[in-house]
Amino acid sequence: MEHIPIIKMGEFLLVSIQVDMHDRLALTLQDDLMEQIVRTSARGVLIDISSLQVVDSFIGRMLGNIAAMSRILDAETVVVGMQPAVAVTLVELGMSLKGIRTALNVDKGMALLRSSLSRQARGKSDERPGG
Amino acid sequence: MNVQADKTQPLVSTDDIVQVRRAVREMAVEIGFSLVDQTKLVTAASELARNAVIYGGGGTVKIEILRDDRRTGLRLTFTDQGPGIPDIELALKDGYTTGDGLGIGLGGSRRLVNEFEIDSRPGAGTRVSVIRWK
Amino acid sequence: MQKNTKSKIPEIIKKFEQELLNDWLKEQLGARTLRPDLLKEAELRRQSGEFLALIKVASTKADMTDLANPEWKPVLEFLAGLSRDRVARGFTPSEAAIFVFSFKQPLFACLKTELGADLKEFSEEIWSATMLLDQLGLYITEIFQKTREDVIRRQQDEMMELSTPVVKLWEGILALPLIGTLDSARTQVVMESLLHKIVETGSNYAIIDITGVPLVDTLVAQHLLKTVSAARLMGADCIISGIRPQIAQTIVHLGVSLTDVVTKANMADAFALALERTGYRLAQTKG
Repeated sequence: MEHIPIIKMGEFLLVSIQVDMHDRLALTLQDDLMEQIVRTSARGVLIDISSLQVVDSFIGRMLGNIAAMSRILDAETVVVGMQPAVAVTLVELGMSLKGIRTALNVDKGMALLRSSLSRQARGKSDERPGG
Repeated sequence: MNVQADKTQPLVSTDDIVQVRRAVREMAVEIGFSLVDQTKLVTAASELARNAVIYGGGGTVKIEILRDDRRTGLRLTFTDQGPGIPDIELALKDGYTTGDGLGIGLGGSRRLVNEFEIDSRPGAGTRVSVIRWK
Repeated sequence: MQKNTKSKIPEIIKKFEQELLNDWLKEQLGARTLRPDLLKEAELRRQSGEFLALIKVASTKADMTDLANPEWKPVLEFLAGLSRDRVARGFTPSEAAIFVFSFKQPLFACLKTELGADLKEFSEEIWSATMLLDQLGLYITEIFQKTREDVIRRQQDEMMELSTPVVKLWEGILALPLIGTLDSARTQVVMESLLHKIVETGSNYAIIDITGVPLVDTLVAQHLLKTVSAARLMGADCIISGIRPQIAQTIVHLGVSLTDVVTKANMADAFALALERTGYRLAQTKG
């Protein structure tokens, strides 16, 4: 069975989606991620979609599910590298990806995760997920 | 107006959705659509293909290259023999949600294309035809 | 006008081709509209000769009043090419069309000599010749117009490229000062290019300044707002600055909520905000 590789980077997990996923692969990814979060006690998940040329409502929902499930497992999710054509299309399609934080690239995504974690550690109130 | 080339693909399982995306992308590139237009059309195709597979019980999609004096475009026609849509107006309405259901797919797809036609009656299946011009 | 007999013009052109050409050239070279600065005499001779030869052939194969007949295609193609050439050289539409209209005089003179005895026949042939040359002259003008329009459109595109540069104000902060009237197509192109620059430069902030935009219509306003949404989806924020009261009105009439979009009165304020959000503090040192 195919799996999308998940890389551990310190207390974060990094997933790079490089293929046009069929449904089964997407569901497998969700399962694998949740398993890894628990296994490694990860505090953050970075999903790199810079190679994705299409994000339809199904993928959008998948990303939303991953963000929600990770939060329950005490990990923050950031989606990075969305292509301009994809962003423009999602706006037209009407998907706002509410509840999913985004950043331009992996570096910025990591910075976002780190600052969010340190904010939590300092005891400030949990940041609301940005829209 | 000329129909220059056409291709018909099955829409039976969700794996077929990926194939449709690929086929539409290829033809869009062949005609020379801009990247944004390609993406919009392929995304609309993905939504409509998914509707046909999941809500329509399976069907087919026909991809045609259209040419007339002034312009070139791609027409996609999705046909299924499913239960049909009882309230099309409602199905086309959507809110900006990440929710599932027919809402986002149908209404959203309409915004991604230039021409949109839908013919659906309860018990008589559904046919959705969309055109994107270059 | 229905002709009962075939026109004698094709024969006449064939018989007197050289004389017609000479007379025609004399006509053209003596005209006020001649542009020796733009077109050499040798070239004009060559073009006139070619045109006459093409007319000679076409008129024998097809009716002179039926330009839709494929036998006339070579003539039309030649004239289209000539017209485009005239545009490129800087001729006016009249100066271009006179090429065909100036042929009337020599042709009519020739017809008078050959057919003058039979007034009925003479007037019918003059009529046919007039119809033909008028249509050809108008055709030149049409192609001239179209070609000019293409040139203008291309120049507009080039100007668009030059007039909407995306500027990097600071590490991570871009500015797009828009100037002039925006139309839907231009706005779309510009907005997409902004999104690409955001990715390329890794800028978290993009300031779209519309101080220099007098009017914003519904479509343009929608494109602006869609761009802001798209940028946010990608992980960057847009600040719109320089919104005039009239534009604010348009946006309100649109029924669009701007509560999600950060706006500032001018680019300087927008820049200051972006710097602050990026974690910079401005301090003035004693001079």
